[in-house]
This record gives sequence, structure tokens and C-alpha cells, in this order.
Amino acid sequence: RDFNERCAQCSEVNWGLTDGGRYYCRSCHNVTERTREVVNTDFMTNSRVQTIAKGSRKQEKTGIDCEWYVCEGFQLVLKKQAEALEALGVCPQMKDEVLYNFWRCYLQKSKQAYCNRPAGETVKALSVCESSTDVDSEPERPSLLHLLSLSESEGDLQTDCSFASSMSKVSESTSIYSGSVDGSLYLMKNQKEKLRMTMPMTLSFCYMALLWLREPITLSELLRFVVEGHIPYLNVFQHFPEKMKLCGLDLKIFCVESWPVYEEVYNKMLELAAFLDLPRFPDITDSCFLHPDMLCIKYLMEANLPDELHNWTCRVVKKISIGEVDFLTLVPGNKSTRKVKYDILAAAVIVVVLKLLFLLDDHYECVETTFHVLHISFISSHHRMCLFYSGGLYFEFKKWYEVVKHSLDVEQKKLDEERAKYLWRCEKPLFYSVKNKSKVLKRRQIVANLQNQFGKLSGAVRRAEKPNPSSFQLSWSEENTDGSCFHGHSLKGILQEKCGLLTAMNPDYWLCTVKLCNEKLCGHLAHYREVDFPQSYHFVLRLFSFLLRIQPSYIHDEVCMIEHKLFNKKLYKKLKYNTVLRK
Amino acid sequence: SSHEHKLNFKKSKEACLSYIQDAMLQKQWRRAAEFLTFYVEALEKDYSREAIGPSEMIWRIGTEILCHHSRSSMKEFNCFMEQMKTLGVKRYLKVCLEHVFHLLCNGQIDEAYQNLSLAESWRFGEQTAIQDKEMKLIQAYRGLLDYYSWSKQKNILLEHGPDGFADLSVEQEMHSCFRKAAVNLKEIIKVPGVWDLFVKCYVDLLEFYGDHNEACQVLNEYAYNSKFPANPNAHVYLYQFLKRQGESKKSLISALKILHDIVPSHELMIDFNTMLQKSKKRKKRRLGLEVIFAVLDYAGWKENVKAWSCLARQVKQIVISEKHLDWIKQEWNSRKDWWPAFHFSRYLAKKNWQENKSLSYEKALVAGILLGKDCKYFKYVSHQGCKAQVKRFRVLKKFVNRHNPVYLRISG
Repeated sequence: RDFNERCAQCSEVNWGLTDGGRYYCRSCHNVTERTREVVNTDFMTNSRVQTIAKGSRKQEKTGIDCEWYVCEGFQLVLKKQAEALEALGVCPQMKDEVLYNFWRCYLQKSKQAYCNRPAGETVKALSVCESSTDVDSEPERPSLLHLLSLSESEGDLQTDCSFASSMSKVSESTSIYSGSVDGSLYLMKNQKEKLRMTMPMTLSFCYMALLWLREPITLSELLRFVVEGHIPYLNVFQHFPEKMKLCGLDLKIFCVESWPVYEEVYNKMLELAAFLDLPRFPDITDSCFLHPDMLCIKYLMEANLPDELHNWTCRVVKKISIGEVDFLTLVPGNKSTRKVKYDILAAAVIVVVLKLLFLLDDHYECVETTFHVLHISFISSHHRMCLFYSGGLYFEFKKWYEVVKHSLDVEQKKLDEERAKYLWRCEKPLFYSVKNKSKVLKRRQIVANLQNQFGKLSGAVRRAEKPNPSSFQLSWSEENTDGSCFHGHSLKGILQEKCGLLTAMNPDYWLCTVKLCNEKLCGHLAHYREVDFPQSYHFVLRLFSFLLRIQPSYIHDEVCMIEHKLFNKKLYKKLKYNTVLRK
Repeated sequence: SSHEHKLNFKKSKEACLSYIQDAMLQKQWRRAAEFLTFYVEALEKDYSREAIGPSEMIWRIGTEILCHHSRSSMKEFNCFMEQMKTLGVKRYLKVCLEHVFHLLCNGQIDEAYQNLSLAESWRFGEQTAIQDKEMKLIQAYRGLLDYYSWSKQKNILLEHGPDGFADLSVEQEMHSCFRKAAVNLKEIIKVPGVWDLFVKCYVDLLEFYGDHNEACQVLNEYAYNSKFPANPNAHVYLYQFLKRQGESKKSLISALKILHDIVPSHELMIDFNTMLQKSKKRKKRRLGLEVIFAVLDYAGWKENVKAWSCLARQVKQIVISEKHLDWIKQEWNSRKDWWPAFHFSRYLAKKNWQENKSLSYEKALVAGILLGKDCKYFKYVSHQGCKAQVKRFRVLKKFVNRHNPVYLRISG
């Protein structure tokens, strides 16, 4: 902040920065047109700047567009996302302080702003007709095609090629490759070094801020809200102000055509936290929403499982110490500890508990437990045929399976259809260049006509608005008289007392895998294939996979991890025993 | 880790497409239309690497839906097709052609003609040369419609007759239609292919204007040029033409020869056999026998009196002349294992007698010669016939009895 001029209105020297990067007087809120870049005089001495200056002057003449940098664009995106989260109930601190500070820190660390020399290379945006005075320049200028391939967003080769070829015919300078000033340079930057910002990374930022504040939103929920449209992501650029023109390479940066994946966002978040040199995050204690004990309550409810199971999840959590503050709290940069995915962890705990109690080998849970339950009911209420003990029902896995499977299948089918019906394009049309604008608009018109024509034939009413965001995707009501809610059911049928402790009648347990893989080498702790495992187990994975919108294999990994912790001693003994034998 | 399950635009549209296809297979047109509305935005993305891109998909799927959906109309269909024409230059003429077909199927001849004319005048750089085949087709169909107009006008004139008021303008128009049609029809039949309708129309035109040479040449080309796919109709047309022209039996017979090879069960084989039987040349008569036997190998002719009477006549003639019994023997050799059950069972004897006396008469004659007087068929029919005191059956019985030794020589 070396801007030392006096304010034109109030003569104070008390400057702040607006979202758009302009200086404003904190005393009288007078906004200047000066942007931070102007302050740095080093800027001006670079010969290439003159090329840009020419370009921008041209733009200013038209008076419609403004020059904007890519990071400003991302800043806007983050702002919109934070506002949406606030609307969902997240505390305003998230937007005003936490996220904002993270973002500033990032800009500083990646030398895009808030530092002495805002990446001097920023200036060296590409120009087609080069001035011959650059002896000290970079080796070769990368070709436009090369740049296009650097972006992660999927394009199609033909459009890219046609764009590249159309560009080469133009003899203007700079800014034509993109609406933003530094679009081309942005893609050139080495991603690994400075952690180049991408659209999926905006969600990493959001999640990081949410985690810092320990807000009751898990990453899977966040991503689900994004897909459901409650948080701007796809086509967020339509909220950019009119003056910020998006074209050319900007499209590669800001337009996404795929939904971000949990792993991707999560890993980026870790990278980001380390990059920003953040300290240890605020503690995740047992009163936090993200604590496995708490999350288990939610998931048990959503999975229509008996509340009594919560005792068991807590027992498992305690036994393997995954409820400890130090285990749960994120310490960026610490490579030795395995990072915690709260939602997946909680789901996996429930799966393990189900395995403990019901074995889930496609036999025990259906046949044996029913037998136990019948046995108990016969003893306790011999004059009744149904399975009541005083006031409640015994939990029967088979019945639960049928009820939940039915609902799951219905919801899954709906989800699959929704996915097929997803509309990716938005109101605001995008063009690579002015040249292909007319083609794009023409196509758009045809699309609109066809949608209209066939829409009438389908007779369907267009889905009004997106459904209200809800934390629960499946809900079960105790008031339903059809007995489809299992929350209040008792586990008594499958438990027994031994030495004052309630234990499962099921004496067996099968491990998902005897040996864990090296996660760093092959990306997973275990490799899940549906055919290798019992159907009941697969079903349970499928249920949580649906709720969390992730692949079953990720839950399977966590289950393996928990099992190995749980049966650590036995496994260790076995190994030891084996070595003794060999001797 | 790979993100193959990542949901992206492409996968989402692929899924959408499979929903459309399922709906179409189950004839759920409303549902198909619904999913199509979500698919169309794929047009905004260029899939030029794929074999079949979204624009072609939408064209084909949209056409199907509009054809079958209860609430769609020709107006909507036309509007849709016009849009499809703008979507793909490489496909332009194909879309035009299909549009024309639909119009014709719905009886909108004038609109079809307009579309064809428009398409014919289309030019688009090198595409014009690439889509040359389609252009020829378009011209050919326009030629066909010109023929159709010509035909209508011709009928008008003929109705009024030579003494009726000759409407000069109609006549002139008719001639102009002829010229337009002739040019285009002539062009298309040069291309190897199956052009039955076009050939017929062209020949009709030529015959009307007296250009028999050209007509003959055209038909010969169509039938005998090896570049053209084997087409029974070509030979039929040629034969019919020659017959109309009063050509010699010799040329008529040669026209039908190949037809016999390609389609031994063709209805013209009766005529063929009749001509061959009467021929003075031994070879031709031999061929005739072969032809008629071949015809009766086919189930469709089992109850055809004419066919049986041809065979009966020829067999009878051979037996009486006592010459060329070996011909019958040769033909019968490959048939003696299965014809008895196929044609001459007792069940058939009863059935034929009940339903068609003439049929049973002819068949009985043949059976009697080929299988002897003791065969089931002959015995039953002749017995019934004699019982009913029908004269010809008595004659038949006598005849067969007299010539029974022949059977022995044939079967041996």
C-alpha cells in the first residue's frame, strides 16, 4: 500500500482497496480510478508496457469495456460464492474476513498483487506483431495452441484450432487473445510453482474458509449444493459486470464443463493451505458438527438406521481414537498425518458398525438376525405374532434393506435423469472472438427454436425453480404408519450382555482387505470391486455413496483404514505369529 | 487418481442421448421429445471428431419424433427440416431429399417439387462436387415429378379426344414436362443401380413419342449391363416392352431366359413355358419342361391350375409321342424324394378334389404318369371323379392305365 497521494475530496491519506482493485478513501469513501498497478513505477520502464498501454487506450476510447485481470475475475467469483453461502446460513464472517484474508494472502504469495513487484511478467502478454526491441525476452513465445492445451478445461480441438488460426490472421496487438489483460500469460504460468488459480480451486477456497470457521457444512454437501445450483460455479461469469468482457482465452479459464470431484477439491485445499503457510486450523472438538460423533447422528438419521447405533459408532470412534482433537484438526503442511475427510470418515464408521453387528456377508444379516429377533420376541411377547417389545420394534436388517433400497432406487433414478437433463449453457453467450460471434448467436437461436418446438411436444412443464437446498436428501418420518421409519427400532434382538457390557451376538468379522496399499503410490488404500464383496456390503456403500455423491471406493478406503486400526493388535499378532512359525 | 466418473458436459449429453434412445425404442414419443429439449444445446459444442455429431443426431431423432408424435403436424415438420438444412452444409442435400420424401408420402406433391427445384439450384463451393450423387438423385426425383405432371396432362388431352377442343397450352406444357423429365431420367439410369420406377417412366415417355430404339436400348442396358445389380424387374420390363412391340418369339424367349435363372418362380414363367413348349427346337422344349418343373418346386404355385395344366400338357404330349421320356426322368430324379409328399399326398388329394376339381384333374394326370396308377393321389381322385361320373376323369383313368409302363421306365 504505497499509495501516498492525498484524497481529492477530503485530503486524507487513508486508502483501501475495493473489490475491483481500485483505491478508495476510507474516510470519505471516494473511489478513484487508480488501480494498484499504476502505483508501481517500475512498471512503466518496461518497454512492453507501451504495447499494452496502446491497447488499453484504444479500449478506453470506446468507453465500454474496462481492462481487468484474471485474478479480479476470480475475486468476483469468490465473492459470489461467499454471498451464496451466507444466504444458506453461513456466518457473514466467512465472506468479510476469513475468505477475504485467505484470498489476499494467496494473491500476495503468488505475487499477483499486494507486493512490490506485481509479477513483472504480467506485462509481457502476447502480441502478434512483436516489437523488435526485446533482446532480454523469454526463449520462444509459446504458440496459442500450446496455451490452449495448458488449460484444464476440456475444449474441442476443432474450435481451438479454428480460434488459433483466426487469431494469427489479426495484426493487432495484445489483448485480443483474451478479454482480460493477462489471460494468455495466465495460462502460461507454471502451475506447480505458484499454484495457479482455477475454477475448482474457488471451491477449495470456500471449503477452507468453512473449515476454518468450523461451519456445519461438509465438503460433500458443499459440492452437492454447487451441482444443485445453490452456489454459483458453472457459468458464474454471467455475474461479471458488463464492462468485464470475456472472450478468447478467458473462456478456458473461467468456463467449466465438468463438475469438480471431491478428491480434486480436497487435495487442492490441502495444497493451498500449505502454500499459504497457514497455521494449525481451529480445533475440531466433540461439540463440532464435523466431529464423527456428530456427523454419525446425521448420517444415521438419513440412512434410516436406529438411533441406538449411535452408541456403537461412538464406541468405535473412541476405540481407535479418531475423535481426538489432534487427529481431526488440520495442520497444513504436515505430510506425515493422514488428512481427515470428515464426511467419508463418519460414513465409514457407520459401515464398520454395521459389519460388526450384522456381519454383512449376505447371510447372517438376513437369516441369523431374523432368527435372533424372532427368538427374543417369542420369549418376551409370546401372545403376539409381531416383533414388539414393550413399546417398540426390533430392528430387522432385511426389512430395513427393502425399505431403504426402494427409496434409494427411486432417488438414484431421479438423480440419473437430472444429470442427463442438465443444461450447461447459460443465458450469456460466449465467443472466442468477434469473428465467431455471429456463428455462436446463430446456433443459439437454432437451439432456442428447437427447445421450444420439442418442449411443446413433450408437454412437460419446465421445472420451475431449483428445489430448496436441504441438508437431508432422504427423510423418514416416525409418524408414518407404514412402519418405514427405523429410527426408533431397538437393537435388542442382536445384542447380548456379557460381563455387564452389551456386545454383538455376531462373533465374526471379515476384513475388507488384509493388507493396505500404499496410498501415495497407487492413490488408494484398497481397490474396490463390486463383484468381490457381498451384496449387503455393496448396498451399504452405495447408500452412502449416493448421500455423499462420491464413488463407493472412497468410502471403502476409509472402512479399510478404520478396520485396520480397530483390529490392529490382532493383525499385528498374526504377523508376529507367522514370523515365529517360519523360524 | 483418474476421474473417469467425473460428470462433464460430454458424459451428460451421452446419458441424455441414451435416455432419448430408450424412449424411442419404447415408442414413448413425449418422453423422447422431453429429453431432446435437453440435448439440443449440444449443438453449441463442436463434435467434429465424432463419427456422428449432435446436428446429425438431432436431425434423425427429431425426424422420428415428429413422424410419430400424435400432436405434430406437417407444418411443424417443415419448419424443423428447414432448420436442419442450415445446420450442416455437408448434409444439406441429404436433408433436402429426406424432406422431399416425407412431403411425397404426405401427398404434398407441389411442395415437394418446390423443394426439389430449390435444392437443385444450391451451390456451395467444393461441396457441390462432393455431394454430386445426392444432386443427381434430386434431379432424378424432379424428373419423376415432371413425368407425373406430363402424365396428368396427357390424360387430360386423351380424355378430350381428337375431336375435343385441343388445349394448346396444355399440350405445350405437356411437351415441356416431357423434355424436363426425359433429361433427368436419362441421367440417373446411367448410374449403376436399381431405378425401376425411373426406367418405367422413361420408357413410357419414349414409347409415347415413338422413340422405340432408344427405349429398347435403355431396357437392354438396364437388363444386361453387368455393372448394374442383378434385377429381375429389368428383364420383366424388357420382355413386356418387346411383347408390346410385337417382337418375335425368339427375342421374347431370350428376354426371359435370365429371369428364369434369377427367379425361377416368377409368374412370367408360365408364359415362358407356353412359348417354349410350342417351339420347334428341341432344346427349347427341353428348357420348357425344366422351367415348369422348377416353377412347381415353389409352395406359392402348389394350387395354381394353370401351372399344373402346363406341366400336364407337356408331360402328356411327351408320353404320347414316346420320345424324350428321358427328359421326364431327368427332371423327376431330383424330385422323386420329396414331390410325393409335397404335392401328391392323400390329404392333398382330398383337399384338391373338394376345392378345385380342375386342379385335381391336372395334378392327377401328372401324378399318374410320374407315380403310376397305384399312387395315392391318382387313385383317390380318379375314383372320385369316376364316381361323380365326370367324363374327363374316365378318360384320364384310361389314359393313365394305358401308359402305366411309362411310369415304370421313369422310376427305374
